[in-house]
Amino acid sequence: MEKELKTNRRDFLKIFATAGGGLLIGFNWTGCDSPKMKVVSDEEVLNSALNFNSYLSISPTDHVVIFSPNPELGQNIKTSFPMIVAEELDVDWSKVRVQQAFLDTEKYDRQVTGGSGAMPHSWERLRTAGATARQMLMEAAAKRLGVSVSDLKTENGHVIHGSKKLTYGELANEAALIPVPENVKLKNTNDFKIIGTPVKNVDNKAMFTGQPLYGLDIYREGMVHAMIQRPPFGMKLKSVDAEAAKKVKGVKDVLTFKNNVAIVGDSTWPLMKARKQLKVQYEPIDGKLESTAFHNQVFDEMLNTGKGDIKRQDGDVNKAFSSAAKVVKSEYQCPFLSHSPMEPMNFFAHVKADGVELVGPTQTPDRARNAAAEICGVSPDKVTVEMTRLGGGFGRRLRADFVEEAVELSKMLNAPVKLTWSREDDITGGAYRPAVKYRFEAALDRDNKLIGYKLRGVGINAGNCTRENNFPSGSVDNLLIESLEYKSPITTNAWRAPITNFLAFAEQSFLDEVAEAAGKDPVAFRLELLDRAKSNPVGEIHYDIDRMRKVVETVAEKSGWGKKQGVSQGISVYFSHRSYVGQVAEARMVNGAPVLDKIYAVTDCGIVVNPTGADQQVRGGMVDGMGHAMFTNMTFTDGISDQKNFDSYRLIKMKEIPEIETHFIDNGIDPTGLGEPALPPTGGAIANAIYKASGKRVRNQPFMEQEEMKNVKLADPA
Amino acid sequence: MANYKLQINGKSYEVDVDEDTPLLWVLRDNLGLVGTKYSCGIAQCGACTVHINDEAVRSCVLPVSAVKNDKVTTIEGLSENGDHPVQKAWEEVDVAQCGYCQAGQIMTAAAFLKKNPSPSDEEIVDGLNANICRCGTYHRIKEAVKLASAKTK
Repeated sequence: MEKELKTNRRDFLKIFATAGGGLLIGFNWTGCDSPKMKVVSDEEVLNSALNFNSYLSISPTDHVVIFSPNPELGQNIKTSFPMIVAEELDVDWSKVRVQQAFLDTEKYDRQVTGGSGAMPHSWERLRTAGATARQMLMEAAAKRLGVSVSDLKTENGHVIHGSKKLTYGELANEAALIPVPENVKLKNTNDFKIIGTPVKNVDNKAMFTGQPLYGLDIYREGMVHAMIQRPPFGMKLKSVDAEAAKKVKGVKDVLTFKNNVAIVGDSTWPLMKARKQLKVQYEPIDGKLESTAFHNQVFDEMLNTGKGDIKRQDGDVNKAFSSAAKVVKSEYQCPFLSHSPMEPMNFFAHVKADGVELVGPTQTPDRARNAAAEICGVSPDKVTVEMTRLGGGFGRRLRADFVEEAVELSKMLNAPVKLTWSREDDITGGAYRPAVKYRFEAALDRDNKLIGYKLRGVGINAGNCTRENNFPSGSVDNLLIESLEYKSPITTNAWRAPITNFLAFAEQSFLDEVAEAAGKDPVAFRLELLDRAKSNPVGEIHYDIDRMRKVVETVAEKSGWGKKQGVSQGISVYFSHRSYVGQVAEARMVNGAPVLDKIYAVTDCGIVVNPTGADQQVRGGMVDGMGHAMFTNMTFTDGISDQKNFDSYRLIKMKEIPEIETHFIDNGIDPTGLGEPALPPTGGAIANAIYKASGKRVRNQPFMEQEEMKNVKLADPA
Repeated sequence: MANYKLQINGKSYEVDVDEDTPLLWVLRDNLGLVGTKYSCGIAQCGACTVHINDEAVRSCVLPVSAVKNDKVTTIEGLSENGDHPVQKAWEEVDVAQCGYCQAGQIMTAAAFLKKNPSPSDEEIVDGLNANICRCGTYHRIKEAVKLASAKTK
């Protein structure tokens, strides 16, 4: 459908300057300049480009510079955002060069990577940005040719009038002076030429040839390297003996601030060596240090006797359970998890007399800026933030703790500082996925109809550890969802698909347990509940029943649900972050052990902007979901994690991944994000398939460390 | 401190560093060759993989003093224009998500294919299994190694 949209003031601040301005990192071309043509240098394009709006500049060389405002951590936004602008601008993708924008709250809104929210937030803005510039180019062409705009059309970077063709580059100077139109027409989605085609990552060349792109790749003249020794959770600094550490060649100084001991020097290795020489003593803040055994006790005590915060209540659960013919009850538990992006935390900070320069990997540049401004007592507009590419984030880089540390050190040392966390710092440094335990109860009547549903969850620093309005809420007459929280000194943070990264596994496994108790097929049972939510909704419904139904039906169809011999299938379906994903995992018994062969995924995220990127996000989310469900554990002894590096903090490897087949629902709905939604359902699909194959119901993560899985070896899927 | 002469990517370099300094940090901090990545520092993930002669080696645990006259190749020197068959396959298959581990994956794959130009699927998985990708690009890594193998035939 064609849309007319009003232009947004913020996106159309016209800045009559060239697009340059010292952006060195992240300027990439798609590498498509024809070898026969003169290759135009980045500088040449940048220096001559005329700014049309916050998102794009056009150079007389016919190149288009598209700015990508959001931090790129592997979700591929630096490719998919510019595709949308280029689509509406109607330009040849090979002429597009993409540049990572700095933090600029005047020009952009929500420069954040988190919550899979960028795409729904920016979809219309990006389209409008491209369409507006296209309109201005057409008006400039109409003036020059003395014809009416309605007689013109555009194609691949040209404005066309009959047999006359003007390139965007030729028109750029005139078009940039045209007043920004108030209303622009967007393309009919059927006319998309770039959106919906697989466009390769714009940073491919730079990544595959080792160009500096990431935070750790920042080196500046006069820069001091720093590493920090931090206290275990619940402890504070008692004493530091840094004499031996200071003697390590290359170490300049050892300083303490806020319970941290910082070693600074002229390169990284001496700091790593000196840390081993540091003699630091800590003491408990209030005499109590937490360990995993204590957390397990907390879970049980609070589940049994704690007062829950009621998140949702429909009907009367007590009545339903007292009249039930059958009651199903199960508990599910997961450990803390570290985000462990491959690039450990790091940041560059230079506190100067007139402001602060920040460079590095952050999911929340605005938070980084405000933190620096507060520490230095300057107004935020004195702080610049340049976002490098992020070597993964998974939510860890939503925090600004590492930025604050770098700023503190730069301020103390009066020098530019690059702070590097070691892998051990990263894994022991907190901001974890919270550990959680859930108790589910379901009541079935004599006809095996689900009449009551209870979920009671205890999380450690998890906030609300439920998602009370998720399916099956809305389909059950009597329902009670309660959340309890234990406050711990162990810090937690959003971790890819917060809460649902574990809750979905628990809910989807439990639904299978209920289906079995009711004697129903797991797919049919879910469809029955969805039908009930549709025909007789209970309370508010926060998901689109038809979209969820379509995903269930499609994944059943694609996987040949129930039609395969010798294969055990498990289904899981979840709605999170505005997208719907259904998955079917397949296991086979080989020599008495379940082997996971394949997982099918059907995703409804509306319009698929970039099929290659979307496939990556779904696959990556599933491998992530599977790895952490099956292998990764994190336990605590006296306030510090027992796992400190990848030798004991176990990540999934290539040998352990099954085949994955991805499908997308083509429904033309405005796109939603994909960084998270494919992760939550995976653990449930796998657990349900393992159960079907082996009769072992695994309720705790990581699966491979549970009693149920003892003596069970998942053979190599290869 | 001692002086070391290193042969890296066909060029000679001289550095003054302690003998136990891992090659990784010499590359990154002293020579500005930042394509080789730090991630675990204990040879568990493969992000720091370089070639010593034709062997894939974890540079985070290789002391500079052990390098001697051996020929070091980093991702920057794998090919002149980023057109090694493995690099081209990585682009064609669009392997990366965050991309941080990919230089190590590419170096591991290049050394692996040099020894075994026509590997089976199982051999590919064995050859690349020790490199961690936190984003989970394993399917595409496998596909790209196959493509690179086919391209070099």
